[in-house]
Amino acid sequence: MKQSIAVAATLAMVIGGFCSQAVAKDTRSAAAVAAAPTPAAKDAATAEFDKFREVMEDSNPAELFEAKGEDLWQTRRGPKSAALADSCDLGLGIGVVKGAYVQMPRYFADAGKVMDAERRIVWCMIEKQGFSAEELFRTPFANENFTPEPTSLVTYVAGASRNLKIAVPIDEPHVQDVYRLGREVFSFRAGPYDFACATCHGEDGKRIRMQQLPNLAKKEEAIRAYQGWPGYRMTGGFMLTQQWRMNDCFRQQRFPEPRYLSDTVTSLLTYLTANANGNVYKGPGIKR
Amino acid sequence: MADPMKIRAQMKGDICDIKILMSHPMETGQRKDSDGKVVPAHFIQSLSVDLNGKTVISGQTGTSISRNPVFGFKVKGAKAGDKVTVNWLDNKGDKRTDEATVS
Repeated sequence: MKQSIAVAATLAMVIGGFCSQAVAKDTRSAAAVAAAPTPAAKDAATAEFDKFREVMEDSNPAELFEAKGEDLWQTRRGPKSAALADSCDLGLGIGVVKGAYVQMPRYFADAGKVMDAERRIVWCMIEKQGFSAEELFRTPFANENFTPEPTSLVTYVAGASRNLKIAVPIDEPHVQDVYRLGREVFSFRAGPYDFACATCHGEDGKRIRMQQLPNLAKKEEAIRAYQGWPGYRMTGGFMLTQQWRMNDCFRQQRFPEPRYLSDTVTSLLTYLTANANGNVYKGPGIKR
Repeated sequence: MADPMKIRAQMKGDICDIKILMSHPMETGQRKDSDGKVVPAHFIQSLSVDLNGKTVISGQTGTSISRNPVFGFKVKGAKAGDKVTVNWLDNKGDKRTDEATVS
């Protein structure tokens, strides 16, 4: 348990895969293996990070965003003057928030799509409250001066799943299709670096500088990419969601960045979250 | 009006552990925005903590404190059911008062 808190924030990139193993073996050079620091040094450094994070988690400013999100959820807003609490179904019935976050992505018949939490919330804001999609898509991610409303809402919804088990309905056929798509995206090599998510996250024991990289195809490691999101970033002091995290993974790989709430990102989130099924989610986290 | 604070006050033995989360930009006045203009200083300059109406902690704060700050205090002589009141005032005259009960 302690381990899973710890590692969440050290994650730089996300996602891991099955098909990756073959790819990864080709690229792993003897030099890379030799250059890896001794396990003892790694453990000591990781332990220090753990302690730091434990102290920070005790008073996480993410709680402020949870409060803001709850307010947004309850209030009648938008051109249609509707409250999400009276109109938005996150998969467990209209207005039901508890446990919804850990059971998404899931298939929503009214939208005809598999959606992750943020995508669903924004869909509700557009469809039920009448907010303009163009407006919401213009600045989807937080910065020092601005927190998008969906970010606060996601933080609230995620907080309502604290200490619950992740249970993406993976047996549902639509979800299964999207999961398979996610696995493809995960292993898709492209871009100027000829990179795939699987290059770093498809094999055990990889690291970038101080950051241990989880093999995201494994249940016990996939949780490390899920845990701690949405997260409060201390540098700058703002909330970031998993949608942002996925976008940034593409940016780091020098891929073109996907459109906000795209099918590609949902498929990756489906793959990642379903791989972490059965683990306990600890609620919104805190990042360096 | 600023967003509400989150206050937690718990008895641990005979000491009351108070944790306060505040929502505030805490601008230092040193930062520039994307147009190169200085972002004006905006920070909490004083705060006080009352226990049942009696001030137990008061202090001045400045720009070295982070955005959305967290404060932690340990107070003797409190008991479960006591009322904790936290006040802050910033350099633009904005203020906020929130309450919690010791548990």
